[in-house]
Amino acid sequence: MSIKSLSDRLARVAVLPLLLLSSAAMAGYEQLNMTQGVTPLSKDIYDLHMIIMWICVAIGVVVFGIMFWSIFYHRKSRGAVASQFHHSTKAEIAWTIIPILILVGMAIPATKVLIAMENTGDSEMSIKVTGYQWKWEYDYIDEGVSFFSTLDSASNQARQLRAGLDPNEVPNYLLDVDNPVVVPVDTKIRFLTTANDVIHAWWVPDLGWKRDAIPGFINESWAVIEEPGTYRGQCAELCGRDHGFMPIVLVAKEKDEYEKWLAEKKAEQEKTAEADREWSMDELMAKGEEVYGTNCAACHQANGEGVEGAFPSLTESDIIFGPKEDHVDVVLHGVDGTTMAAFGDQLSDAEIAAVVTYERNAWGNEMGDMVQPSEVNDLR
Amino acid sequence: MSEAAIHHDDHHEHHPGFIQRWFFGTNHKDIGTLYLLFSLVMFFIGGAMAMVIRLELFQPGLQFVDPQFFNSMTTMHALVMIFGVVMPAAVGFANWMIPMMIGAPDMALPRLNNWSFWILPFAFTLLLVTLFLPGGGPAGGWTMYPPLMLQTGDAFPFVIFAVHFLGFSSVMGAINIIATVFNMRAPGMTFMKLPLFVWAWIITAFLLIASIPVLAGAVTMLLTDKYFGTSFFDAAGGGDPVMFQHIFWFFGHPEVYILILPAFGIVSQVIPTFSRKPLFGYESMVYATAAIAFMSFFVWAHHMFTVGMPLAGELFFMYATMSIAVPTGVKIFNWLATMWRGSLTFETPMLFAVAFVLLFSIGGFSGLMLGITPADFQYHDTYFVVAHFHYVLVTGAVFALFAGAYYWLPKWTGHMYNETLGKWHFWLSTISVNVLFFPQHFLGLAGMPRRIPDYAVQFTEWNMVSSIGGFVFGLSQLLFVVVVIQCIRGGAKATNQVWEGAHGLEWTLPSPPPAHTFTTPPKVTDSVAHS
Repeated sequence: MSIKSLSDRLARVAVLPLLLLSSAAMAGYEQLNMTQGVTPLSKDIYDLHMIIMWICVAIGVVVFGIMFWSIFYHRKSRGAVASQFHHSTKAEIAWTIIPILILVGMAIPATKVLIAMENTGDSEMSIKVTGYQWKWEYDYIDEGVSFFSTLDSASNQARQLRAGLDPNEVPNYLLDVDNPVVVPVDTKIRFLTTANDVIHAWWVPDLGWKRDAIPGFINESWAVIEEPGTYRGQCAELCGRDHGFMPIVLVAKEKDEYEKWLAEKKAEQEKTAEADREWSMDELMAKGEEVYGTNCAACHQANGEGVEGAFPSLTESDIIFGPKEDHVDVVLHGVDGTTMAAFGDQLSDAEIAAVVTYERNAWGNEMGDMVQPSEVNDLR
Repeated sequence: MSEAAIHHDDHHEHHPGFIQRWFFGTNHKDIGTLYLLFSLVMFFIGGAMAMVIRLELFQPGLQFVDPQFFNSMTTMHALVMIFGVVMPAAVGFANWMIPMMIGAPDMALPRLNNWSFWILPFAFTLLLVTLFLPGGGPAGGWTMYPPLMLQTGDAFPFVIFAVHFLGFSSVMGAINIIATVFNMRAPGMTFMKLPLFVWAWIITAFLLIASIPVLAGAVTMLLTDKYFGTSFFDAAGGGDPVMFQHIFWFFGHPEVYILILPAFGIVSQVIPTFSRKPLFGYESMVYATAAIAFMSFFVWAHHMFTVGMPLAGELFFMYATMSIAVPTGVKIFNWLATMWRGSLTFETPMLFAVAFVLLFSIGGFSGLMLGITPADFQYHDTYFVVAHFHYVLVTGAVFALFAGAYYWLPKWTGHMYNETLGKWHFWLSTISVNVLFFPQHFLGLAGMPRRIPDYAVQFTEWNMVSSIGGFVFGLSQLLFVVVVIQCIRGGAKATNQVWEGAHGLEWTLPSPPPAHTFTTPPKVTDSVAHS
């Protein structure tokens, strides 16, 4: 953050006590409450939240009121003499029974909403959401469309340690991705959440819920989105170093626009599939740099030097300077017992060929050799 | 208590050398002091980690630390504060006060007592040294969920063994407290005459014995999963990562009450003293505490509503969680009824105790909200949760520990503490802690996840407010150190009773009490039994 914007922010912190006097000074402080969201469930949850909160506030006013009455009027300095009572069966029964009744009153609407939330039947489409360290994969079941969604590059540059870039200048800082998940409105969508490495949690506040994505398990949730729009969320379960940097962007479109998007996406994926040709060194290096930035730089760093003790350097690595087949193997299958993931299922042959070529020839690594997509395919 | 008996003790008191007394000593008062000082040191270590967290979160972007280090700060901050501050401080109070409150000469198992303290510095050395290992400290959260926890580097076995050692220490402490209270009460000190603090600790001790071995089991399974090829928590090998969460929280929820019940006990001593009135509803206080402890074994899954449980399970854990509000409410109402029509004065211990009742209730309200399963699907793993558990643990447990420290410091040292500084400490802490944690409710509701080192720009303002509150709160705690050091060194002479309204056996002893007290059992009269 620049000094200018920092001092602006600080000035606004300083005026906090004046907030009640000036609505202009409220800018930045107005986010106080849960979103009502855009699904019937999220609105029910918001209502439930507000009911329970106001009940708590009411109880608090009564209980703290009694307490402050005591604090003001039963002070020794006001000449109060202590009475010595220490028991009252009636009072004790009252303050056991009344809370029970209030709790039952809260439990009834909560139970209704919960039962509705768990009813994933009659869904019209299903999207499988898979969490990876640190990105999401969306798989449109029955449509043959699937893609990865990672933090957009502007946010990614600004979020590096001491990057010197002002996050306020980045649109939707940390809440934007390269490929958003697109869904139709007014459709009961079933989300199937799972994960490939560690536990993540998929959370878009406007849908009203989050659900853990657990390796080896599939959780079901559902949403009917009523308003077209772009809804943003984040991973909500600590999942390692870049837990804070795997946002979710969900775009809800009118049904016909969604169909159009789906057709385009299908065509695009078929085109990538036929990329089974000889690539030139320049093509591989350009593609490789891009793939490296999205998938590898978080750990091995943009300069390839890694983080000592945690993530190995690629500028002085036996794997880089060894046979290229071994190098491809590590990228395809990962390394057991380390954070090095198997990228075989996440990246295409061309992407793996490109990134391996890039790693062998970037940052002063002068291996000079190339890997072709067909070679990767042979090693799978 | 006869003065002659004390005098008699003085003649026979041997004077061990420094090393003999502080390293090999078995005197409950000295071990109590060690526990309390250890806890104070750890409070500043854990606090320094919190300062790193608030510094990085002061504004968006990463200015100071790498995300991995940030994660190890949140992880270590929790482990240090829970196992290094609140639990040892509570054991320190128990060591000092329980023998004096029940009229016993010492703890039942003094050598075990020495051992259970001395495990702590070694356990924390193991834990803290991980920050200097290749790959850094543990960064998977204090809850250690696999598979993430299994990605920990060289720090992994250090953390597991540190947790084991901490568990040994706690269980031995618990055994000692139960043995002491069950066997060493003075004649006439029946169970229903025990001070509430002692009751709270017996119940806590049983919770420790029942829950700590479960944690030990869970972390041992992590260890074998990592190094010995088992797959308890690996779905690919037929295991279940969610099972760890069930086992962990079966320990973890009783652990929450292990942290708070001794605090309830302290507050139940302080409020009657400064209200000059007997505790209201003594029996119902005992039963409510026992009920809370018992029910704490049936609510664990409310920490994990989002893992995808069957509807019946979600409903059961929601109802069970909500029902804990009933006995907790009984305790709050009893404290208020104790203050009602009393003759109140507000020395520092009472200020902290009253703030405890008010602010702990706020944490209780947000706890009730979190227990509502559908709403929890929004609140879970956000700053709303962070605000909730800091209200119950900082303005709850830690404030009660401050209340207890100010309440008993004159008894321990023989000097009155500096009341003006004490009040400054109270007011600075109370204002800043609310500036620190109240805005975190807003951040959580507005959608900020917890355990992130950087955030979207719309969260900036409240994070700045929270950080400023955090820095002031952190600095204010230095005042407490000043008060404690001053009080140890000198000050106005404290009387035996110290506080006008104080009742109980510990207030019949001189301030400070001689090394050995109650070598002959005291006579328990109604005026010294629970007031």
